[in-house]
Amino acid sequence: MAEPEGSLKLDNPSGSYRAETAVGPSAGKISIRNVSKTYDPDGANVKAVDNCSLEIGAGEFCVVVGPSGCGKTTLLNAIAGFHSISSGEIYLDDQLLCSKTRKAEPGADRIVVFQNGALFPWYTVLENVICGPVVQGKSSSKDAKAAAAELLGQFGLSEIIHNYPGEISSGMRRRVEIARAMISNPKVLLLDEPFRAMDALTKSVMHKYLLDVFDKTRKTVFFITHDLEEAIFLADKVVVSTTRPARIKKVIEVDLPRPRDFLVLSTERYRELKMEAIDAVHEEALKAFEAGERELA
Amino acid sequence: MGVQQNTAVSGKKSNLRKLRKTVLSKTTYRGILAVIIFFICWEASSRLHFPIVGEIPPPSSVLKAMQKIVGDAGFWKSWLVSFKRVFSGFIVAQIIGIPLGLLMGINRIFRELMFPGIEILRPIPPLAWVPTAVIFWPTAEMSMTFVTFLGAFFTVVLNIIGGARSIDVRYLRAAYSLGSRRRDIFFRIVLPATLPSIFVGMAVGMGITWEVVVAAEMIASRSGLGFLTWQSYVAGNYPVIVIGMISIGVAGFLSSSLIRLIGNFFTPWRKVI
Repeated sequence: MAEPEGSLKLDNPSGSYRAETAVGPSAGKISIRNVSKTYDPDGANVKAVDNCSLEIGAGEFCVVVGPSGCGKTTLLNAIAGFHSISSGEIYLDDQLLCSKTRKAEPGADRIVVFQNGALFPWYTVLENVICGPVVQGKSSSKDAKAAAAELLGQFGLSEIIHNYPGEISSGMRRRVEIARAMISNPKVLLLDEPFRAMDALTKSVMHKYLLDVFDKTRKTVFFITHDLEEAIFLADKVVVSTTRPARIKKVIEVDLPRPRDFLVLSTERYRELKMEAIDAVHEEALKAFEAGERELA
Repeated sequence: MGVQQNTAVSGKKSNLRKLRKTVLSKTTYRGILAVIIFFICWEASSRLHFPIVGEIPPPSSVLKAMQKIVGDAGFWKSWLVSFKRVFSGFIVAQIIGIPLGLLMGINRIFRELMFPGIEILRPIPPLAWVPTAVIFWPTAEMSMTFVTFLGAFFTVVLNIIGGARSIDVRYLRAAYSLGSRRRDIFFRIVLPATLPSIFVGMAVGMGITWEVVVAAEMIASRSGLGFLTWQSYVAGNYPVIVIGMISIGVAGFLSSSLIRLIGNFFTPWRKVI
């Protein structure tokens, strides 16, 4: 790679990608090409991802559905920069993000919202949300606090900004975490089964929130879930993945109109989409069950 | 979204009400009753000359001795001397132990280099160090401080290593994902996450330090609460032994409470777990 690191060259796929590069015109386009990942814990070669290829357009809401423990998170971790990949390449905005020889660095352009939440318990809600801009050096603590207070106000969380995460409900915590991610204006929002640990009612409220945020900001979203209904309700594109090793089994384009609300769940089109995917998902679920796949905690 | 927000309400009034309820509860009355019965039994066992237990100076004579000793400057000087030894050893243990523990917690190579040495020295009780300390340190006070230092040091280091190593990887990943550099990771994640362990190490270490100082004073010193207690035995002034014991207990309790209060102040988020 003769090109200097950090230069934004949209027409040069071999130019390495660095997180500090500015948001370009096709912000957040993800290209996953023939990606495989093999773990080697204690010598047992575990293939988590097998030759996955996927194109996610800029501003697209992409949901990956599959049984638990099948390797979907591995893809997310590779994009986020927590893991390397064994083969293939991932491109972000036509620049190489990671490959066999190059691991991505985690950065504020691809922010992750975690499964059981990762709000820092020792900071208040407000202090949590200003973390991103402050550590990136983008604004002073005071300015960041003002901006954060405003954003949290828009999320309906003004009353709890001085509470600690331990004092608020899980729905609020997840909203705060989404606010914490959004305030840094990432190119891509990565969500790893963020609503898994919630009851169905809280979950449906959270869906509405996420869709509101998406409609307003149109970030590229990479969302992982095991729930097909959630996937179809949220996504522009649903990707059904197989049980381990994860392969792309089926890709469904969801053309339900936006903005969506829960009434969409009773439309004919929604049911059609569900019918398309449900056999595939169920087949994989059965395979995973029989293989004794362990769920993530 | 008109969702009812269920925030934690902790107004001053409800706190006061809760306090009154706790203090004036049946549990408190039963506790007070138990303590009164204990003192009655203690006094009775002495007056009725019970075997063994009857030899212990009864509350009445302890109280009389206490009235006398409270006016004695030497008594309060013992307090001061012991406190000084405890706190100097304790503070040195924190100054050396906290950075060491943090470094060992976050850096694997450093930990693997230092750990064997610490694990070899740790089983030696601080009191066993007293003769060596007296030989090697130039002054008696320094040897006392060294021994109290040992008492707190290992506790602090081990607690911090445990705390630093058990930080949930999600917090680290979230921090990196938000664009943190290594320096941010240390000050914004590692340090706050380890703070509770640091204070646990301090509180436990404080207790151990008091045990150590008292015994060390009995062996190798001519001042302090431990010396006072031992000297009273030698001189046959048995009620003062009990006073010495009570003093040591109270001093240790006050020190640990102070640590706990400071700890609670610096880790406010722990109140609500």
